[in-house]
Amino acid sequence: MEINVSTLEESITKRLKVAHVEVQDMSGGCGQIFEAVIVSPEFKGKTTLARHRLVNNELKEEIAKVHAWTQKCYTEEEWEKKRSQDAVAST
Amino acid sequence: MATLFSRAVPLFARTARMAIRPGAGPQVRSHLFNSAQIRRLSDETRQAIDKAISSSPVVLFMKGTPEKPQCGFSRATVQILGLQGVDPKKFSAFNVLEDEELRSGIKEYSTWPTIPQLYINKEFIGGCDILVSMHQNGDLAELLEKEGVLAPAEESESASGTSSS
Repeated sequence: MEINVSTLEESITKRLKVAHVEVQDMSGGCGQIFEAVIVSPEFKGKTTLARHRLVNNELKEEIAKVHAWTQKCYTEEEWEKKRSQDAVAST
Repeated sequence: MATLFSRAVPLFARTARMAIRPGAGPQVRSHLFNSAQIRRLSDETRQAIDKAISSSPVVLFMKGTPEKPQCGFSRATVQILGLQGVDPKKFSAFNVLEDEELRSGIKEYSTWPTIPQLYINKEFIGGCDILVSMHQNGDLAELLEKEGVLAPAEESESASGTSSS
């Protein structure tokens, strides 16, 4: 299966309960470097490490194929809080 | 400036070279095999990694060396450890680019797919993303202090807590 922004977003949505997912291709062309923001209630009560491991586990095959993978995992509350902070910061 | 970067640790290179000496056995390191097939963690590699993570309180598996990182994520991690004032005497770094067995072995060992990987007192802490966010929210400073791996404070107050300069 080809690995790109849409296939990654699709896999994440299929395998995790996500409220929101954004994957970005940071590679500048080589298609091997991805950054993901994942918002899911499944992260509640989990440490950052546990959240990353959860995602890593679901995306094992894909992550093994790309060169670099960065992820930020938020619960819905954390995501809302962050969005309102960002909005304030950018005015 | 802290001499965090002065230690190149050949420990793993020595032990790993013993593990990968050619001999009987399948040519799993052939370029024809994809990474999934090379991934099986041999006992020698596991033991070499056990030894590596015990070699110092703070152990970083990275691409390149602290003096010359070969990847942005590894560079960022080394910078953060330096900023936090980790004691160079308590720090070792291993360059996975020097050793394919280490590079794939550490991913199996930690069940973590990417490099860099930080261990503190033999416990896996995380990769670059996790360290960046722990650095930003103060958790990293707290952890390093708790684990006793910070350089002894000198006259300036900048050893722990947020960077002040």
